[in-house]
Amino acid sequence: MTPVSAQVKRRVRVIRIARRNPLIVIGLVVVLVWILGAVFAPQIAPYPPLTQNVSQRLQPPGAYTWGTDELGRDIYSRVLYGARITIPAGFLVIVIGSIIGTIVGSVAGFVGGFWDELLMRVTELFMAFPTIILAMAITAALGADIRNAIIALVIVWWPSYARLVRGLVLKVKRNEYVEAAHCMGASKFYILTRTVLPNCLAPTLVLTTLDIGNAILTFAGLSFLGLGPEPTSPEWGRMIAVGIDYFDQWWTWLFPGIGMATLVIASNFIGDSLRDIFDPRLQ
Amino acid sequence: MPLYLFIARRILVTIPLLIGITLVAFLIANAIPADPINANLPQSQLNNAELVAAFRAEWGLDKPPIEQYFTYLGNLLQGNLGRSIKTRQPIAEDIARFLPATIELSTVATIFGVTMGLVFGIISAVWHNRLIDYVVRTLGLIGVSIPVFVLALIGLTIFHAQLGWVAGPGRLGARTPEPPLITGMYIVDSLLTGQWNTLRDAVSRIILPSMVLGLYIAGLISRITRSSMLEVLGADYMRTARSKGLRERFIILKHALSNAMIPVVTVIGLSYGTLLSGAVLTESIFAWPGIGRYMFRASTSQDFPAIMGVSLLIALIYVVVNLIVDILYYFLDPRIRAG
Repeated sequence: MTPVSAQVKRRVRVIRIARRNPLIVIGLVVVLVWILGAVFAPQIAPYPPLTQNVSQRLQPPGAYTWGTDELGRDIYSRVLYGARITIPAGFLVIVIGSIIGTIVGSVAGFVGGFWDELLMRVTELFMAFPTIILAMAITAALGADIRNAIIALVIVWWPSYARLVRGLVLKVKRNEYVEAAHCMGASKFYILTRTVLPNCLAPTLVLTTLDIGNAILTFAGLSFLGLGPEPTSPEWGRMIAVGIDYFDQWWTWLFPGIGMATLVIASNFIGDSLRDIFDPRLQ
Repeated sequence: MPLYLFIARRILVTIPLLIGITLVAFLIANAIPADPINANLPQSQLNNAELVAAFRAEWGLDKPPIEQYFTYLGNLLQGNLGRSIKTRQPIAEDIARFLPATIELSTVATIFGVTMGLVFGIISAVWHNRLIDYVVRTLGLIGVSIPVFVLALIGLTIFHAQLGWVAGPGRLGARTPEPPLITGMYIVDSLLTGQWNTLRDAVSRIILPSMVLGLYIAGLISRITRSSMLEVLGADYMRTARSKGLRERFIILKHALSNAMIPVVTVIGLSYGTLLSGAVLTESIFAWPGIGRYMFRASTSQDFPAIMGVSLLIALIYVVVNLIVDILYYFLDPRIRAG
């Protein structure tokens, strides 16, 4: 088979997947729009996110695209800048959490015995707390700011990955090619990182995409409760929390809410479609 | 395995978990960079040497960490969770006062959520890959993606401010008298004492927050119901049932549903934790004087002992709910009884 025809085949496959799962296309487009909005916020936003203009406070949408808040700051600009906080925070939580979880889970599953018992019991302990409750307690202990909110969420997040990866490693390590690597005298580290882990990657990646929306929601929840960025920050959860005091001026809380909802819906569309592609049993 | 043996074994497995939870709570409480005295006593009393000494003695702060942990555990077993900085009450008393409101809210929310989740999940599975399946699944996905606090605000705007169908935030209006205290749950108490006006107000105020909370878990439950039903619908005994000439409705409700319920029950147990998390956010919006709102106020006022007390309590509730789920399994799945 020539490389060109392989390329064409792959393209055909991508198109077929896209046609069968229109939601993944919608999801990718929306997420891409938000990422672009976050990256180019300084160029796109008509006003700086923190500049107050009290004479223009609580203006309904119109002259200002999405209106202004209680200090006369432009909400459209703030929502764009907010994406620069929320998106990286969600990604960081998932990336660090999944790496820690993968390390713990693969060691537990691969080494087995005492270490497996110990690591899994510790994992279960962390899973015994509902996520946001444990995250609230940790953030309150460390002090409320963005960095600590992310640390708290990572502490809450890794256990589900540890559990998933352990299960996968246990399954994969029974395969014959792993035994073959043993027989060839490969080191344990080599076998784990080169033959076992790569085969655990797909389901883990599906979980990360399914999870990112959840991480964003929980981060915003912490921030909504006052356990995230400082009050003036354009972070979406924070903006909504402040907007509650101006309940009748619906634009103060609705637009950051729509921002968050569209981003999370889009990432869930992607995660869900990916799961359907990798696990067609559920279709 | 007889029921009592099964329950005894499950409880035995739960005990180390409970001890572990207290250990995690203790570690977090001791990981705070600040002196626990600063975190646990109000500013105004830090100079009061007598009070500081009493606090140190009560929690064994002058002893090594391991002894501190056992002091903490001993205090816990006596129901001593410490004293809230904000309300200046023992935390156990605060919790007893706020807990019934949360139990009331989350029970009604569970009823809404489980009903919606089951109905949508079954519809989705029976007509799977038809238009209605796609609509239900997409709506479910959107439902779990909208933050509860945004959903709550939208609900309040539409159903309270615009349409006036339901009353506003709070458990009761300012002019509605509280029912006499029996369980602390207003709906139950007003029913028991026949205070119909109070009952009407309480119900009208609980609908919106519990719908918002319920939607949150309905998405999870409908998803697992769908996939579990699909698996069961393809099983051999379904074909047998059909070939016996049983009616389709009977097959789905009797044969399929009862077998598909097994994983669903687990998810209901698991989503109770989600529900308690969601309650923190929902209660703070609906001015619902429950545990969630208590936790919210504690966390914004750096009331550390209260935060730890509530987290511990919620983790305990979560573990107990999952214990109950395991026991339900015993009745749902005959294989456990045999094995």
